[in-house]
Parts: sequence; C-alpha cells; structure tokens
Amino acid sequence: MNEKPEKLIDKKGLRLDGRKPDELRPIKIEVGILSNADGSAYIEQGKNKILAAAFGPREMHPKHLAQADRMVLRCRYHMAPFSVEERKSPAPSRREVELSKVIRESLEPSLFLEYYPRTGVDLFIEVLQADGGTRCAAITAASLAVADAGIPMRDLVVACAAGKVDDTVVLDLFDTEDKVGSADVPVAFMPNLNAVTLLQMDGILAPEEFEKAVNLAIEGCRKIYDLQKEALKTKYMLIKEEEEVEEE
Amino acid sequence: MPTYFEKKQLVTPGELLAEGDYLAGSNTYTEDKKIYASRIGLADCDNKRVDVVALRSFYFPKVGDIVIGTVLEVGFSGWTVDIKSPYTALLRASDVLSRPFKPQNDELSQVLNGGDLIVAKIASYDRTHDPQLTVGEPGLGKITRGQIIKVTPSKVPRVIGRQGSMISMIKQETGCQIILGLNGVILVTGKIPEDEDIAMAAIQKIEAESHTSGLTDRITQFLKEEKTKREENKNE
Amino acid sequence: MSSLITRVRMKQIEQLIEKAKRLDGRGLGDYREIKVEQGVIEKAEGSARVLLGKTEVLVGVKVETGTPFPDTPNDGVLTVNAELVPLASPTFEPGPPDENSIELARIVDRGIRESKAIDTEKLCVEPGKKVFVVFVDVYVLNHDGNLIDASALAAVAALVNTKMPNYEVKDGEVVIKQGYTPLPMKNHPITVTLGKINNKLIVDPWLEEEQVMDSRLSMAFNDEGNICAIQKGGSGYFTQQQILEAMKLAQEKVAELRKKMDW
Repeated sequence: MNEKPEKLIDKKGLRLDGRKPDELRPIKIEVGILSNADGSAYIEQGKNKILAAAFGPREMHPKHLAQADRMVLRCRYHMAPFSVEERKSPAPSRREVELSKVIRESLEPSLFLEYYPRTGVDLFIEVLQADGGTRCAAITAASLAVADAGIPMRDLVVACAAGKVDDTVVLDLFDTEDKVGSADVPVAFMPNLNAVTLLQMDGILAPEEFEKAVNLAIEGCRKIYDLQKEALKTKYMLIKEEEEVEEE
Repeated sequence: MPTYFEKKQLVTPGELLAEGDYLAGSNTYTEDKKIYASRIGLADCDNKRVDVVALRSFYFPKVGDIVIGTVLEVGFSGWTVDIKSPYTALLRASDVLSRPFKPQNDELSQVLNGGDLIVAKIASYDRTHDPQLTVGEPGLGKITRGQIIKVTPSKVPRVIGRQGSMISMIKQETGCQIILGLNGVILVTGKIPEDEDIAMAAIQKIEAESHTSGLTDRITQFLKEEKTKREENKNE
Repeated sequence: MSSLITRVRMKQIEQLIEKAKRLDGRGLGDYREIKVEQGVIEKAEGSARVLLGKTEVLVGVKVETGTPFPDTPNDGVLTVNAELVPLASPTFEPGPPDENSIELARIVDRGIRESKAIDTEKLCVEPGKKVFVVFVDVYVLNHDGNLIDASALAAVAALVNTKMPNYEVKDGEVVIKQGYTPLPMKNHPITVTLGKINNKLIVDPWLEEEQVMDSRLSMAFNDEGNICAIQKGGSGYFTQQQILEAMKLAQEKVAELRKKMDW
C-alpha cells in the first residue's frame, strides 16, 4: 500500500519519526487496570497498544497439565484483528504461536516455579494496535501483570529491540524500520541479575554489529525498567500521597 | 555492610535490599550473599532481618491457620472449599459429622451445600496434597449471619493492629463480632446491617491506607464520624 | 515436558560437564557424527537426510507454481513446515503442529530467508502473477536431541539438491519442457545450537542433555560469516558475556561444518 521509503535515516542523522538512533519511542505504562484479572498492565510504546493480564497461581485446568513439583506458566500472545493495517484473522497464526512460546520462556526465569507445585499461571496478552516491537512491549507489560498479581519474582523482566537501518545500529524499531531495515534484535532482560531471557535476531549482522545491537538493546531495557518500576510504585503510592496532602 | 533502603521504603521485585550479614525475611530471596525483594511492598529491617511487607500477595495455606471459605462442590465423601488460595481445600464428611460416614444414610448437601460459608482451620497441608480443613473446634463451622469482606492476606495483621488494638477498637465502636480469616476473608456480624456496613468500610479503609502511619487514630476518627452521620440521618 | 530422565542421570551429566566431559565421550565443543545423504526421495524435486548422532531428519522440497505476495511481486515464495512425526519420539503426539514444531519450522525458515539462500528473483515467471513456490517440509524421524541443527542442515542440503523442471511460458501458461535446472541458490546458511548446563556451554546437545540444560541458543551464519538468525529457547537465561562466548564458539563450529559440507 505505502511506498517503501528510500532512506530511513536522513542527513541530520534523524530517523523517519524524528528520533535519534539511540532514542526510545514515547512510553506510557499503567498497572492494575483490569478489575477481574489477578494482575494487569497496559503499555503504549509509540503506536503500540498492548494489554496484559495474569491469572493465578490457581489450579490447572485441564488437571493433567499440572506438574507435581512446580508451577506451570501458560502464555497467549494474540493480536486483535484491527491491530494492523490489513485485518488479521482472529485465529492464532504461526507467528503468534511462536511468540507465545518465546514470551513465556522470557518470563519463566523470573518466577520461583518450585514454590507452588501443581498450580498454573495464565498470562494473556492482547495487542490492540501494533507498530513494530510488539513482543518486547508485551513482555514489559506481562511482567508487570505478574508482579501486580502478587506473584513472587526474582526481578521484573523488561524488553527492547535494537536493529540496523541504513548501516546504522538503532534502538526500538517501529514497523517500517523493521520491515525495510536490515536486522531486528529483540532482547528481554532482568537488570538486577544481568540476565538475558529472550534473544532473537533476523536479518544480516556482522558479529561486531550484533554485539553493538545487543548492548544498545540492553541500555534501552534499563531505561524502560525505570519506567516499569515507576508504574508499579505509582499504583501503590497514590494513596500515600493523598494522605500526606490531607495532613498538611 | 549497610542496607540499601530506608525504613518503610516502597520496593519492587528484584530491588537489592542488603548485602552481607543479613537474614532474608518474608518476600525476599538471596542470591550470592545479596538479598533482593521478591514482591512489591515496604521494606524493613529488624535485628539484621530484612523483610518486605507485601502490598499485594495471595494466601498460602499453613497448618493451624483459621480461614473463611466458600463451599464449592458437594463430593462423595466431603466438600471442596474455596479458600481464596492457589489450592482448593477439602473438608471431609467424617470431620463434620464427627462420626463414621455412611453414604446410604447421610445426605451431605443437607449439611453443607455449594455457596455456604464456613470458618475452618487448616488441619493438614503439604506440597503433594491440597489443604485439608477441619471444623471440629468451637467457633468453627457454617456461617449463618453476617457479611464477608476480602482483603489482601498480608494486610490482615494491620487490621488486627498492635496487640489487637485496631480490631478491638472497631469491635467496640460498631458492636460487631469480627472473625479474621488469615486467608484475607473477614466475617463481620453486627446487630443491624448498618453497623456491619460501618465496620466493613473501616476495614476497607485500613486496606487502602495500610502503609501509612497514624492509621489507628484516623480509623477511630472515621468510625466516630460515620456513627454521627448515621445519627443525623435518622433524626432528619 | 515430562521428566524422562532420572535425577541420578541428571547429576551424572552435570558432574561430567564440570570436568568438561560428556556421557558419550565428546568434548563440550564437539558435534556428534554427521551423515548427509541427498536425493533420497525421487518424487520430490529435492531431498536430503541428515543423521546427527541418532537424530534423524528428512527434508523434502517440492516446487510448484503459484502467485507471489503482493509486496514482493517479482520474487518466488519460500514456505517451511516441520512435522514432529509421532514415531520419532514418545513425546510427539499426532495432531496439528504444536508450538515446538512451529518454532522449529520458523527457525529453519529464518536462516534460509534472511541469508537469501534461494535467489527468489530467479523464481519469477511472470511479475506480479506467477512465481515458483518452494515448499520445504522438515520431517523429524528420530529425536535424539538438537532437532534445530539437524533440520537446518537437512533443509539447506535438500535445497542444494533441488532441481526444477525447465519451462517456457506459452500464452500465459507455464509449459514444462525437457530437462532440469538446479534451484538458484545464493548462500548456504549453517545453524549451530549451544545448550547451557550449570553455566557451561555445550555444542550439539543430545536428548538427555536437553532435559538437563536450562536454555539453548541457536545462531545461523551465512557464507560471508554474518549472522542471519538467532533464537534463544528454554526457561533459563544467558548473561551478556555468555552470549558473546556462544557467538565465538558458534563461529568456530560453523567454519568446521562449512568445510565438511563444502559450501
């Protein structure tokens, strides 16, 4: 439909959306917005709008999927039909199945699975609007949903992608950059443990460029981690601040 | 070595709390001699023990705890009970009938049916089985009157207050009987529904403001105001 | 996955790895014996069978005509599917592809697609209307660990083996002529998978090691030595240091495999 842009970075070194190569898109995060879920979070990153909800720990249904010695995490990453330019069928695509798996595997290392044997935690991620880097934003929101549900965690998991467009390694690619650029490297990270829990790459990168991209993605992760913590604290601090104002 | 937080600081999962010669208390974990928070809550240090009072948690069964639950289903030899925990609890018929159970004579649904509320004690629990309940002690059994309110289990101690000061005060001011399930379910029974409503509102306020100071005084104030309001409404 | 391995066995594997050894006598950086046979299914346009230790994967390539994707009107189409055939393992059940077979197919696809292994422009018959569609079907016949590397290797070997019938376009119809042309290939990606057990990296995890390892990292390299696909799997994690260590180790192994395959 749209013409493929010739250059993704202009003479001033700015990208198509005006950002510098190491700049993140604007991010907004809210925690605890769904009343029926045990934990929930909503994230907007650029034009991405993603909702995540956690249920559990609770008894597994069907029972035969339960593990005798640990908690089981189930994850469903799903895109709404209206989330992309051309309507997407509601049936799960192969991409959604793969992403559900890698997202689950990015969050499992943060949980103490052995604490709650025979139970399960269900994570539902709905992408309401997609503009590149949805799996990363989804992980950032899903991890907050788990924390909001009061499930103990080793650390919050935060995710961000880096990539290459027009010979420059850039941070947080949006859809056009992802499609037209030459590489995309999504990374999920637990900052306090220096642990990479998701790492994928598609495109072509020289080994040095890959190293640069991973480092840049991790820097981006650290910045988003601060926003995650803030969003989580905001939900619980609000009352404290109101009280302090009243007492003055 | 110092701790890395201030008293009652709000911490998030994964935040480094202390390093070295400290004990890892509730809602924390250790890795490489460092203590991290595992839940969002308020960090505190007492006698070299680092604890996090969780602002959000769920109930994990412990033997001996008094809990309030809802009967889910009538089974063959007992009932399954929802105790607002990752695990469903079981109540054996033999425990309730306090004599051997005869399937042909005893109709379990007459004793307890789905939707009934009970106060029970956790008799046994381990990693491989669901918690077993007992009602064979005074004060336990089916609930016939009153209203139920649910709070996050970690806030129940706040509702109790230091040496029971908070809960005694609420009982006194409202004239209600209050049973606190350690699973976060609280039963309030008053002479009239309005008394119960005031007590429940007070408990909700405690949950919302549990991490602030001067709460006992504020709740006392709140209860007095609510009672006055009600008197005024009556007189109009 | 259900535990098919005893605790005693797990400990045995872990203890050996501490001493830089593995149960089958391999070093931490060694592949099992690899055997590659091409052209094993005559009715397919291309095929290859790979034996990696006891892991056996058969890939068949079928080439048919079809319509191109709207955003790439001048390019042929590649589609990769993987079947974890029930007879390959007691853990594989009959039915539609599950997350493991979908992930496997997509990893193999990524390596081939991103390295531009197939010269898809040369598969164009009539721009915007008719192109050749290359179906790569990965058939896992025996699962003894490291399905990714075996499947990726078999897929590229099968593509190299693929011959397309000669054709000409008469009145808008594709007419098959005599003779065959090899599938136009531009690159030969090679994938190396490393497992992590107790913070030690091992090359080509075998089935029981896969049940002990906490995570895996697969990396695909093209002829020029550039990375074209990466996938981390499993419920564990890697540190930044371990990722770079894995990359260097993978580069070494890719060079060895490239020499062996003569690609």
